[in-house]
Amino acid sequence: MNEFLTTLTAIAASAFSPSTAALAIAAIGLNIHFGYTGLLNMGQAGFMLVGAYAFAISIVAGIPLFPAVLIALVAAAVFALILGVPTLKLRGDYLAIVTISAAEIVRMIGRSSLLTDITGGSNGLTGQSYRGPFTDLSFLGDGQTTLGPFTYDNTGSNGWWIRLVAWSIVGILCLFVFLLMRSPWGRVLRGIREDEDAIRSLGKNVYSYKMQALILGGTIGALGGIIYVLPASVQADSMGRSMTFFVWTALLLGGAATVFGPVLGSIIFFALRLFVQGIAGQFVPDSIMNGQQAEQFSWILIGVVLMLVVIFRPQGVLGNKKEPELQCQLTSDSPPPRPRPPPPPPRASPP
Amino acid sequence: MLAGLLLIGVASLGLMGLGATSASAATATPTTACVANATTGCIQGTIKQGNGDPAVGVKLTVTTGGTTENLVTDAAGKWGVAITVTGPSTVTLDTTSLPSGNTLDPSIANPATVNGGLGRNAGTIFKLVSADSTGLSTAAPSPGDSTTTGSVTWERFLQQAASGIRLGLLLALASVGLSLIYGTTGLSNFAHGEQVTLGGLLAFVLANQLGLNLFLAAFLTVVVCAATGYFQDALIWKPLRKRGLPNTQLMIVTIGLSIALQYAFQFFIGAKTVRIDKANPVTVEIGPITLSVQSLWAMGIAVAVIILVGLFLLRSRIGRATRAVSDNPSLAAASGIDVDAIIRLVWTASAGLAGLAGVMLGLVLNGVNWQTGLQLLLLMFAAVTLGGLGTAFGALAGAMIIGMVVELTNLVLPGDFKYATALLILILVLLVRPQGIFGRRERIG
Repeated sequence: MNEFLTTLTAIAASAFSPSTAALAIAAIGLNIHFGYTGLLNMGQAGFMLVGAYAFAISIVAGIPLFPAVLIALVAAAVFALILGVPTLKLRGDYLAIVTISAAEIVRMIGRSSLLTDITGGSNGLTGQSYRGPFTDLSFLGDGQTTLGPFTYDNTGSNGWWIRLVAWSIVGILCLFVFLLMRSPWGRVLRGIREDEDAIRSLGKNVYSYKMQALILGGTIGALGGIIYVLPASVQADSMGRSMTFFVWTALLLGGAATVFGPVLGSIIFFALRLFVQGIAGQFVPDSIMNGQQAEQFSWILIGVVLMLVVIFRPQGVLGNKKEPELQCQLTSDSPPPRPRPPPPPPRASPP
Repeated sequence: MLAGLLLIGVASLGLMGLGATSASAATATPTTACVANATTGCIQGTIKQGNGDPAVGVKLTVTTGGTTENLVTDAAGKWGVAITVTGPSTVTLDTTSLPSGNTLDPSIANPATVNGGLGRNAGTIFKLVSADSTGLSTAAPSPGDSTTTGSVTWERFLQQAASGIRLGLLLALASVGLSLIYGTTGLSNFAHGEQVTLGGLLAFVLANQLGLNLFLAAFLTVVVCAATGYFQDALIWKPLRKRGLPNTQLMIVTIGLSIALQYAFQFFIGAKTVRIDKANPVTVEIGPITLSVQSLWAMGIAVAVIILVGLFLLRSRIGRATRAVSDNPSLAAASGIDVDAIIRLVWTASAGLAGLAGVMLGLVLNGVNWQTGLQLLLLMFAAVTLGGLGTAFGALAGAMIIGMVVELTNLVLPGDFKYATALLILILVLLVRPQGIFGRRERIG
């Protein structure tokens, strides 16, 4: 039973770890793409990676913290622009294919041995090389603090400071998305998701709105990338296709087009994985499933959960199935036949 | 992943040793593997020849804190050693053991110092360059070799072009199915890469583990893969189509399936690269081109199968029906074609073809691992988009072009970029002609 408690503590610790926050931030960005605008961005990890590299390289080059963050956001915006120009006028799958490809290109270039001096090649950039300016900002001081079962450094590489900052950003972004989606701008985005042609007929420039949404979500993704690498290191392979798929799983689990869905989804995502791993580690003998296999088994389960969620509860945990917008938001090219209103009764012809 | 790479290195070294002593023991998986944990760290790397092929049999010496280990790169050009103390290690490359025609890039330090640590993987890169490409070679070029430029020689071009055709053919096999599925159902199947991996891994189990004849193993693999396609459609995709699940949602379901399958492969096989054929590949030289016998077989089979598929689509009744469904499902249904039966057939055939491609890729590339298909998937998407989404012949043309581009990129850029160029082409194609070579304007809507 003691081990079970350990598992529970590990799950609770992961629930508010910086990587969960980073995943949540990336999922909030993806929510703007997919949940609110209906864009199929399959390369959110690419945005994260662009942000992480731009941030880390800027800091290493001696640029102060806030300009470095700004550079990262601009880099992600440019990346979004490059991806959006050829694809946003085309059908949804093209954006999906191009974004997944572009994310891979970024990863390959990042880990290329040609650029080892700048990006660190496949070894990446170590956390110490760019973390300094961030930890210097901390007002928590040195030493450790214990809250309940959790003991962390106040400021250190993976301590309370990064947790405080990361979750504050999550909170601010949630508020931001909440306000934004109530604004006229957000209404246009939702409209595009529902029916592009209808919005176009209202005189809105759909292409431009989609581009703005892609850029906004992408820069939020870059912010997620920065948070993700701050307690760890920049490694191209840690933000590959799997990362994109995790962000998607988190978003869909929690509920697309909801404000708190991405956050809840990220927490569930990590908790579920650790839970399965912990249970399998304790109750399944090693001869059937060893530790490594238990981890792989938890990933298999994540894949299956993603399938089941999309099939049986596409609105996620928080979504509302009755909300009409959620019914249509996943349809991009072949909407299911909607019940038509009965034809009006034939009018008696005037004499 | 890195630990996995190393594991392969150790495993194949172990296999070589075992194979020498007793043939029956060769199937036993060696348990010695470098997995970085609290007490062990790994130093490892992969050495590739100037033309991108793995450099086999290169000798290295790794000295860490007074202990010296002698290593030899395996069939994939990989080397690795476990260390138990933190600190700098010196890795020395024996330049006399390099494959002929290769020299160490002058900008790379030899011996190299690696800062290894417990619980992590460290590596160093020894970049080899072809002797002719550095201009060091003074050997007289063969007559008519006037096209030789600073780094790209005619021979290297031909060799890469041959590899390009090889990759293109195998890519074509794999992507025809992807394109047909897209054409008939409108679904971008992100789990198609896993069908390729499945083919390779099944062939490994049948040919390597169970010791079946290679052709029999390949045949059985294709049959089993086709069956997975059949049951996938019967159990998952058809019911979902009947539920009226929109394609975007279905696409995310395929992503979930792809994640589940990837980790299922790791669960059963592990993260290592496995070889289908235990024997070392025999190579033949055709003029300036060196190819393994298996590559030639693979290319021959691929050409034959592609021609068969083409004839089937063009000449047979069912083939015509398939193209009709691909063109316009509703119209096809209205003219009496059983759309569901055609889609079932397409799923079965696609999975079978992908499985075949997986077997041959495994043979040609010297092994398969859980992410072989994943890496190929993007090339397949690039090929299919280039040719025109949903058109079978477009997929063939696109695959040949992408295969060629990927391999020829190696001439001028290091191996890391070879996939990147293919994807760059994809983006450029979308800018200029989004419907692809054979696609029609209305499809892109």
